[in-house]
Amino acid sequence: MEYVNPEGLRLDGRRPMEMRQLRAEIGAVSGADGSAMFEMGNTKVIAAVYGPREVQHRSQMVNDKALIRCEYTMANFSTGDRTRKPKGDRRSTEISLVIRQTMEACILTHLMPRSQIDIFVQVLQADGGTRSACINAATLALADAGIPMRDLVTSCSSGYLNSTPLLDLNYVEDSAGGPDVTVGILPKLDKVTLLQMDAKLPMDIFENVMQLATEGCKAVANYIREVLIQNTKQLEHRRGV
Amino acid sequence: MDQRQANSLIMTVNEKKFIESALLSDIRVDGRRPFDYRNLTIRFGSEDGSSEVQLGHTQVIGFVSAQLIQPYRDRPTEGTFAIYIEFSPMADPSFEAGRPGETAVELGQIVDRGLRESRAIDTESLCVVAGKLVWSIRIDLHIIDNGGNLVDAANIAALAALSTFRRPECTFGGEDGQEVIVNPPDLWEPLPLIIHHLPVAVTFGFIGKENNVVIDPTHYEEAVMGGSMTATLNTNGDICAIQKAGGDGVLQSVIMQCLRIASVKAGDITSKIKNAGSIDVAKYHMERLTLGSDVSTAGHSNMEIGSQSNERDETNKKNTTAKGFSGRPASWDPYSRGVDGDALKASLASRVTAPPDKHIKSSRQVKADVAKSSQRSSDTNSFQEAKKIGLQTDESKTLKDAVKPRQKRRINKSTSNSAAT
Repeated sequence: MEYVNPEGLRLDGRRPMEMRQLRAEIGAVSGADGSAMFEMGNTKVIAAVYGPREVQHRSQMVNDKALIRCEYTMANFSTGDRTRKPKGDRRSTEISLVIRQTMEACILTHLMPRSQIDIFVQVLQADGGTRSACINAATLALADAGIPMRDLVTSCSSGYLNSTPLLDLNYVEDSAGGPDVTVGILPKLDKVTLLQMDAKLPMDIFENVMQLATEGCKAVANYIREVLIQNTKQLEHRRGV
Repeated sequence: MDQRQANSLIMTVNEKKFIESALLSDIRVDGRRPFDYRNLTIRFGSEDGSSEVQLGHTQVIGFVSAQLIQPYRDRPTEGTFAIYIEFSPMADPSFEAGRPGETAVELGQIVDRGLRESRAIDTESLCVVAGKLVWSIRIDLHIIDNGGNLVDAANIAALAALSTFRRPECTFGGEDGQEVIVNPPDLWEPLPLIIHHLPVAVTFGFIGKENNVVIDPTHYEEAVMGGSMTATLNTNGDICAIQKAGGDGVLQSVIMQCLRIASVKAGDITSKIKNAGSIDVAKYHMERLTLGSDVSTAGHSNMEIGSQSNERDETNKKNTTAKGFSGRPASWDPYSRGVDGDALKASLASRVTAPPDKHIKSSRQVKADVAKSSQRSSDTNSFQEAKKIGLQTDESKTLKDAVKPRQKRRINKSTSNSAAT
């Protein structure tokens, strides 16, 4: 199947280095301390953050740091076929672990000892790149909750099909069986915190694909910064400043 | 969502500082340099498809078994494989029996991704009847001892077990030529799996703030490290999978350097696996050759005894029982590393009579007793018919043929047996 036609256009009309349209909204869940909705093309996720608050299970309390918990779930209606178990299966457990460890690296947990921060991420529409969208949404939600962080964490995926590195794969491109590289970076520090890859890829091509994903992450970071600045301006306006 | 497990390793500040400051002078706590692997030992069990890997203090046992199933609807010509990892509570105080925790799931995903997405195992060759019957390979990994870096050890155990696994050959037969007959391994040489390449996992740990990287972290280093990265590569220069699930941020240049080091280490480990595998294959062929001389007389009884199957349709090496009849002292023992002195003395004393006797007493599988085995054969025949698709129906005839010439020996043995047991 041809994923990049001879004119250089992909199945959805994008160029190989073009990302899907981003849309973010802060404050999607009114009851949470911080929440955000993030869309990357047709992939739509919601993240809600509760914390810092008292640790619910005393046995898990850590004396010098905040405890970070994360739960990743996919809504039954998020994929084409109705999924049976939205959480508890292997993939969800692994992604929950990945998101938790990624956010744990950037949250200044030593400032909030003996407390707990919960991050809940729910996928409403899945069209490839759900992991990346979840991390971006979690970053926005954490910023909305006012939790101190070292830097934003942004994530983007890339792949390699028809001998072309492609940025931001959608579901069809992802299920093509080619490599799928998901990168999460700390943009200001320019450090890679999340890196996952599956399927075979020669090492030199991998470097290109990873570089492409990193550029994508930086673009997402610019967008997220803009969204946060807009949000702050709105809050200022509401307070009559 | 279990986070901190009750008995996980808690490091004191002194221990942390010690490990970090030692790394500044390029020394690790166990005396290794940052990019040295621990000692790797790969051993194979007596059955096809079983392996035991020891990496420093970490021990993992791998076992591969196969079963005929119906294929998935969207992949009618491909076999399947699944990996099951069990974190035994004896390996580490923080492992609890029951549902696997997050780390167990992550470990399973890493090993699975390395094999599945990179297409290391040829699944099309596992097809028997398109759309109806395919082989389903099950890889079981048991963590026996957690000395750190379970990912690499488990991956090596899986690869070693897969490379020595032999699946039974299937032929078509029956009245209409459509029935699938699974041939027992003693009649038809079982086939190895077609493995295109060996994806080897190499784990790096990032300790401290100055981007100190160590390879193959021990249990203590894992408790101290800020992040880890596992790269699965093969010797063809391909990266099969990478897993860096959060943790401390590292520069892209450091990642590329790690990948380059990983490809060198992967080459070492692949050659170790292949060497260990080839030694085992040579032993396997030698054993089958020694069996070959007995096949003419004891072949039929072998087949009957050999076709006793377990619930998991393992391809066991049943030829070990045949050797008991041959009367040779050292070759009958499946664990040929340890021959008990008594057996040796007895065999030296009387070549023909003693070894089968000792074999019966010391062997776990008391199959040499023909009376019992003839009973079992009827049980297993019905058992097999329930489990397998079709069986050769002339087994009962050949059993009787086999029993007769042996009966004289067996009578003596059974009396001595009953006296002994």
